[in-house]
Amino acid sequence: MAVTREDRRVEQEEQCYHCGDPCNVSKIRIEEKQFCCHGCKTVYEILSANELCDYYEFESTPGITQKSASNKLFDFLENESIKNELLDFRSEDYERVTFSIPNIHCSSCIWLLENLSRLSPDILDSKVDFVKKDLTVHYSVKGISLRQLAELLDSIGYGPSINLDEKKEEKGSATKGVIVKLGVAGFCFGNVMLLSFPEYLGMQGIEARYSQFFSYLNMLLAVPVVFYAGFDYLKSAVKSLRQRFLNIDVPIALGVIVLFLRSSYEILSHTGPGYFDSLVGLIFFLLIGKWFQAKTYETLSFERDFKSYFPLAVMRKSEEKFESTQVKELRKGDEILIRNNEIIPADAILIDESASIDYSFVTGESKPVLKKKGDYIYAGGKQVGSTIRLVIQKEISHSYLTKLWNDEAFSKDSEHVSIVDKVSQYFTIAVVGLAIAGAVIWQLIDPSKTWLVFTAVLIVACPCALALSTPFTVGSVMRVFGRNKLYLKNAGVVEKMSSINHIVFDKTGTLTSSEQKSLEFHGMMAQRHWSLIRALAGNSTHPLSVLIYNSVQDDGKVSHIESYTELPGKGILGEVSGTKIRIGSAEWLGATNKSESTSVHVEVDGVHLGYFEIKSTYRKGIKELIKSLGRKFRLSVLSGDNSSQQSTLARFFPKKTEMHFDQGPDEKLEAVKEMQNRGGNVLMLGDGLNDAGALKQSDLGFAVTENISHFSPASDAILEGNSMTKMDRFLQLSTSSRRIVIWSFVISICYNAGGVSLALAGVLTPLIAAILMPLSSITVVVFTTLMVRLKALQLKLK
Amino acid sequence: MSIILLLILISITVAIVFLLAFRWAVKSGQYDDTYSPSVRMLFDDKKKKNDGSAVS
Repeated sequence: MAVTREDRRVEQEEQCYHCGDPCNVSKIRIEEKQFCCHGCKTVYEILSANELCDYYEFESTPGITQKSASNKLFDFLENESIKNELLDFRSEDYERVTFSIPNIHCSSCIWLLENLSRLSPDILDSKVDFVKKDLTVHYSVKGISLRQLAELLDSIGYGPSINLDEKKEEKGSATKGVIVKLGVAGFCFGNVMLLSFPEYLGMQGIEARYSQFFSYLNMLLAVPVVFYAGFDYLKSAVKSLRQRFLNIDVPIALGVIVLFLRSSYEILSHTGPGYFDSLVGLIFFLLIGKWFQAKTYETLSFERDFKSYFPLAVMRKSEEKFESTQVKELRKGDEILIRNNEIIPADAILIDESASIDYSFVTGESKPVLKKKGDYIYAGGKQVGSTIRLVIQKEISHSYLTKLWNDEAFSKDSEHVSIVDKVSQYFTIAVVGLAIAGAVIWQLIDPSKTWLVFTAVLIVACPCALALSTPFTVGSVMRVFGRNKLYLKNAGVVEKMSSINHIVFDKTGTLTSSEQKSLEFHGMMAQRHWSLIRALAGNSTHPLSVLIYNSVQDDGKVSHIESYTELPGKGILGEVSGTKIRIGSAEWLGATNKSESTSVHVEVDGVHLGYFEIKSTYRKGIKELIKSLGRKFRLSVLSGDNSSQQSTLARFFPKKTEMHFDQGPDEKLEAVKEMQNRGGNVLMLGDGLNDAGALKQSDLGFAVTENISHFSPASDAILEGNSMTKMDRFLQLSTSSRRIVIWSFVISICYNAGGVSLALAGVLTPLIAAILMPLSSITVVVFTTLMVRLKALQLKLK
Repeated sequence: MSIILLLILISITVAIVFLLAFRWAVKSGQYDDTYSPSVRMLFDDKKKKNDGSAVS
């Protein structure tokens, strides 16, 4: 084993020609090119056979590693009803389909996918939408079917992710609306400013007649701004008044309406030029704030529920024949066929002799469970090994896993009130009070000015700067997070992050990395046997076999497999180059199990040689992170795995940390609920479907994933695994952002106080208003963005 | 001097035409994917060349 480690160090530098991963174990070569796994090599072979090697020209190592790729099954694409839902267009000869392909990431991808027609002459054309990660293909039905197309894409590493629910929702239309509104507001703002300019300089004599004309034009230009671009503010204000709650949109809408009415009155009655420049500028700035905050990650889905995990269709027996059927059409008593790596969609009873079910999806436990004929199998498990037959016991909507989603945690709305809304309640009352007081006083001094003062106060107090402070602070913070691979669902998450006091970790896949597993061999084995075991393991799709195959070194000799049998739940036995080999569980081989973690025992020619111990590795820097978080927050661990790692965890977690092991999905949810009852504001970090309930129940649920394009459960944010160590700094930045928002409130209220006192004195001219309002907005915008950048630099976040 | 009124009206009309063009561009999805067109134009159109040589 020592030799192998040495070799690894030397070869660390060599990169896979296809995906760029280090090729430290295997020696798979074609000519000068090195590959990390057979999957990558196969993709290269397909591409070179079709003269598509330009793929490697645009970017170096553009491919996606095929190490963890499982061969997906696409035969459900032959089901007519699924096909009808998926296809954009179909005629007798041609069909057009749009696939979502999460692996699209560089210009090489675009090139390859748009040259699909060179792989198959029946593909007429294909077009990539890089931002949405979509591929639209137009193909001739005579030569290629939808299923073959999906399989072709999968074979070159661009397997489509197919989900009927997600397909229906129209993405990005909200942002589009804001952009058009911003365009309209910007257009009107520019023109109104231009037409108001002569007024600022003062027009006299003959030029005065133009002033009337300009004013009318301004009024005309302001109409679409108020009633189209700014309509959302009016709508939101009405809605909030109905709910008897004063949000920030109420004073804004009040200001906008008063501005519009008073300006129109002044112009129509020829008494003044009006404040249309301020009005249009105000809405324009507000919309910029909205647009800035609306930055979303369109390609990421934060709302995935169990359905995204389940297959779209399974093979159902109907009249002595198995046919692909949509999962939602399954009924109690149906007989279904589940193949290797397929997920069981509903609670069912096994009718075959045995099955090996991998529940890692649901529980986090990594060892597959052996099931016997007649056993009850819960939905969500994955069959590992040969095909099995099952009889459905409950419909999808009544299954154990599905029920979890119907838990109240999933329907509750957050009752969070943001700081702005808290402030705006007092603000609105103060402004209206001041306006009335001013009106009353002026009624006594000079009744002709009463209405002027009343409206002027409402106009100048319009909290544009106040409304901009949060969007710009939060928007900048979200951008910093995004650069550091933390993607928030929406702006509200930043504010909630600053009030967290309890952090809960899942173990598998969160504290440990799910992609880096290390294999350690305990025992003695001849060099020759290594490659024999590797060859044998290469035949199996069991996750442990795949791991052994990928981590054991090949000596380059061809091993001939004479016989091969896989016994589900036990192991594999076979004869390789004349040597009888058995690898599998300790019970099956009659060995004593010394290790608490998952192990695979090896027997060669009847002699037990030792075992492989599979260790999950903790993420780099996790110790430092825990130490730093432990000072400020309560910490807990909720793991679905057994307690074999408890002593290791105890070493770097603070002493009072609660640790719960063997937790099922609903137990995790209950544990979080209990922490909340004790007054915790819980932030949960988890990865699997088994954490989904707890993630939703927590005040904030962050899904940790190795690759953001992979599936992750419904959550408030998606965090890339490698950025987990920055979690303490993320939380610090969100706390600072709260302080920045409060400071910017102080600034904007100072401006407002100045403006209001001018208005109360009755000297607020349109010119002063036109300068004061944009100035306060710009100050706040500059202040908040700069402060966030500065704070991020301080925390050494990109 | 009243020509200025006419000129302003004309200039605003022209500007509105551009505003509508902008609206059309957004609605028709031209701002949806700002990355792939920029690299797409750099790809060599090899396939067509091959076809051409095969015919001749």
